[in-house]
Order: sequence, then structure tokens, then C-alpha cells
Amino acid sequence: MALIAERVAGATGTLGTLLLGGCDRLSDDPTVQRMLGSATRLTRVVQRLIGGTQPLAPEYTEADLSPHFKSNGTSDPDDDDYQELAANGFTDWRLQVDGLVRNPTKLSLSDLRAMPSRTQITRHDCVEGWSCIGKWKGVPLAEVMQQAEPQPSARYAVFHCADPMENGNPNTKYYESIDLHEAVHPQTILAYEMNDKTLPVAHGAPVRLRVERQLGYKMAKYVMRIELVADYAHLGDGKGGYWEDQGYAWYAGI
Amino acid sequence: MTAGVGKGRGGGRECERGAERGAPEPGSAMAFDLPALGGGAHHALINVLCLTILLMSGLQIFNAHPALYWGNLSDFDHPILALTSDQPANGSPKGVTTLFGHRIETTGVLGLSRDSNGQAWARGFPSWATLPGEQSLAEGRLWHFFFAWIFVINGAVYILAGLASGHLRRDLIPSWHDLRRIGRTAWDHLLFRFPKGDEARRYNVLQQLAYLLVIVAFLPVIVLAGLTMSPRMDAAFPLLVTVFDGRQSARTVHFILAWALVAFVLVHVFMVIVSGVWNNLRSMLTGRYAIEDAKHEAE
Repeated sequence: MALIAERVAGATGTLGTLLLGGCDRLSDDPTVQRMLGSATRLTRVVQRLIGGTQPLAPEYTEADLSPHFKSNGTSDPDDDDYQELAANGFTDWRLQVDGLVRNPTKLSLSDLRAMPSRTQITRHDCVEGWSCIGKWKGVPLAEVMQQAEPQPSARYAVFHCADPMENGNPNTKYYESIDLHEAVHPQTILAYEMNDKTLPVAHGAPVRLRVERQLGYKMAKYVMRIELVADYAHLGDGKGGYWEDQGYAWYAGI
Repeated sequence: MTAGVGKGRGGGRECERGAERGAPEPGSAMAFDLPALGGGAHHALINVLCLTILLMSGLQIFNAHPALYWGNLSDFDHPILALTSDQPANGSPKGVTTLFGHRIETTGVLGLSRDSNGQAWARGFPSWATLPGEQSLAEGRLWHFFFAWIFVINGAVYILAGLASGHLRRDLIPSWHDLRRIGRTAWDHLLFRFPKGDEARRYNVLQQLAYLLVIVAFLPVIVLAGLTMSPRMDAAFPLLVTVFDGRQSARTVHFILAWALVAFVLVHVFMVIVSGVWNNLRSMLTGRYAIEDAKHEAE
């Protein structure tokens, strides 16, 4: 039975390959990719127009929490400096805030904990299609940025992280960016607690970003430095983030 | 897809005028029936192109996490449907489809299949069913969202024009008379007895109900279910999440409706073929549909 199915699938496959070889070649063409990508830019504009400026992502209750919240991407950064920080419970960790700011700062974990906080139970949507629900506590990114006093030319917040990545040059570590519109959203927080416990390494300790109206790959884990920039052309390959440089859209609201 | 269904009632006057113009063949009358909206065929072609690309890029996206759940979150240990691969201790790897906990071996098609070079891959749907053929979630998403926009714009134009021209009301809303005879019509269809004479000029009640189901239910709901997977949409319209009983349910509904549309297209194409393929194709492209004389049939 399975063998027949395999034969039929094989024959159909050969036919399909002939027809679709053309589509695959199209798919690899940078011009075609740019054209197809224009749809996501349209989506971003339309979603902002019809959805009002800053609606909140749905929030859930303790009863909705995922029994097992999947850890995706890096779950334990293979980096000596990071491992040393982790061994000391991140007491030596400092969040560097710089770039287009009047007041570059370095904040410790206790500095962040002393600032106003927000707690939210939200749904984490992965670009792969699955969802988990978790409870996050952290400092609103807007508070941290306010302290650093952004210059008028700042347009994006870039997150430099501690986890080394496979693609790119050997020293590539995770990087991501969001616009200031998303950065000052009330639910955009630098989370240091998950499900009422200190944020575990598997989920980005000591601090991970939560951007609740976008997909998981925007929510940088192991954040080391926040840089305010006018554009992200010089970041990585210039698409605005690690996964963006692998072909994913910068706007991850869909 | 729905617009290019060859024959529509198209208004009695146009039919008569067409019948005068067309050269009658022996035993049949040539009806001239303007395609609905004066461009039904081109709407249909755009729809077929969009739906094919949306289906194949959709299967590519599904392959990134080939499992379905109900509710808001993914209960990874208890999926409704999962397409996985198994590596037995001794033996070659197998493709496994799990539906409500029942495991079926589907090596070669679902869970594990070979690409055009003959190499076996652990993947939900096989490479010949996805766009692009190789595993690329990023490219699948680019194709899917681009053609989703074209599909929605094309569909909106079709529905607005159909409402304005009265085509939807006139040709797709079944009459009480037809609804009462639905059993008889269904029986005739099962025996491949198709309407003749004046009856053949219009959609029959089964066609009307099928097209209505697709136009007012399947297509809008599949678009809404797709949008419910967008976290930004859920922030703007939390009602979407409530209506679908969660984002993962919306994903499952989106998947089921995609296959329901495939089933609709297969039945549709089958009926086009068995009820007279050349006549139907000609009517789609030119508006001309040959009608067999009902009296002739009665003899």
C-alpha cells in the first residue's frame, strides 16, 4: 500500500518538478523576492491604518498558561563570556544603552528591577506556526529609552545579543530591530521574569525582549546592548535582523 | 473559480438575443450568454492561479511545523494532526501521519518523502506539493502573502460587481421552487442526468448552493482564519481570536478549508467534464453554450 503510494507520489512528483522547476527558479530570483516582499510592506501599512495606532495584544489568565513553553532558537548560548556571566547569576551583566541617545547608560539587573514594571500573560506566536502562552514581568522598554534620552534622529532600536548564530560570519551573534512605534508600545518590555520565576537561560536570561504584536523572531533573547539608530543598513546584511538576513520579513506582525 | 462557471442565467433577454444571433445546430439551439460581469473567465483564471499558489505555499508554511491543534496554544504532545517521521531501531525511516492519536504509515507522501533527486526528507507534505519545492518557510511566506493580497482584491471586486449587477442575487440565490425539488435534482446528478432546454441556461439548485457556500462561507472564513494567525490583527481585532476559539484553532480551520476548496475544485472540474467539457469550456471563454432541445430529448 505504502509502496504504491510512493510510486504514485514519485510519478506525480516528476510531473510536478517539471511544472514547478520554473516556480522554484523564480523563487530564488532576488527581483521576484523583492516584488513578493512588497506585499508584506503593504500589510504593515494597512494593519497600522485599520487597527488604530497602539492596540494591546490579547492578554490571558493563569489558567491559560502553557504547561510546557517551547524554547526555540538558542537555548544555551555557546559563548564563554556569556557562560561566565551566567555562572555568577548575571551580577556582572550590564545592559548597555547607546547609539543616538544623549545619555548612554549601563544598567544592571537590579537597576532594571528597581524601575517600574509591567506583568502580562500573552501568547507567543512562532513564525513556524505554533503558539505558547507565558507570563512575563519586566521593565517597559519605553522607560529604559526615556532614561537614555533618544535624539530626534533615532528611528529604530537595535538589540545586540549574546547567542552566537550559525549563519553569517563566525562572530555573528543574534541581532534584531524594531521601530520606535513598536518600542514605546506599553506591552513592549524587557522581561526578567517568566511564569513568576527568574527568566531561565533557555528563554533568554538575564533579559529578553517581548514585542507582543509580532512573531517570536522579533523577541530577542540574551539582550546585551540596545542601540538606537537612524536606519539599520549597516546592521548585518542590512535587512534589520538575523532572520531578516536569512530571507524573513522585517515586519513580523503577520 | 466561482465566476467562470460557464453558464449563468445572464438575463432572459440576452439569452434570446444571443439565440437569434447564433446559428442553430440541428437538434440544439445556440445560446449566447454574456459571461457574468463581462469577464468571468479572467476572474476565474486569476482565482485558479491564486488558489494554486496559495495552496502550495500554504503547505510549505505548514511544513515548518506540520501539526495542528485546537484552542489558543499548541499542546505539543496531543496534536489533532501531525505529520512526522520515525526512525525504527532497525530498518529505514518511515513517514507517519497521526490523526486524533491514530497512527498511519504514510511513507513516501506524508511525513517522509523523496525530492526530485530521490533523496528522502522528513517533511510534512512532499516537495512536489509545496512552493518552493525545497524547504523554505521564508520564501513560502513571501509567495503566500503576495498572492493572498491579489486573491482578496480580486474576490472583493467580484463580489462588489456581482452585487451591483445583480448577478449574485439573480443567479446564485435558489428559489423556493428549486429548493423543494433539491432531492430530485441531487438524484438526477447522481445518475449523471443533466438539465436540458431552458433549465440548462441557469445554475441548478445544487450548483447555486455549492457556489453560495464557497462565496459566502469558505472564502471569507479562510481569509479571516488566516488573518487571525497574525498577532497584529489579533491586537486590533481581539474578537477574531474569540470567534475562532483561539489562534491554533484558526490555523486548523484555515487548513481544513483549504482542503475543502480543493475538494470543491475537484468536484467542479469533474462536473464540467461529465456534463459536456467542450460546451462548458466554450461558454466560459466565449459565452456561447449549446442547449439540447428538451422536446428532442423527450422523444
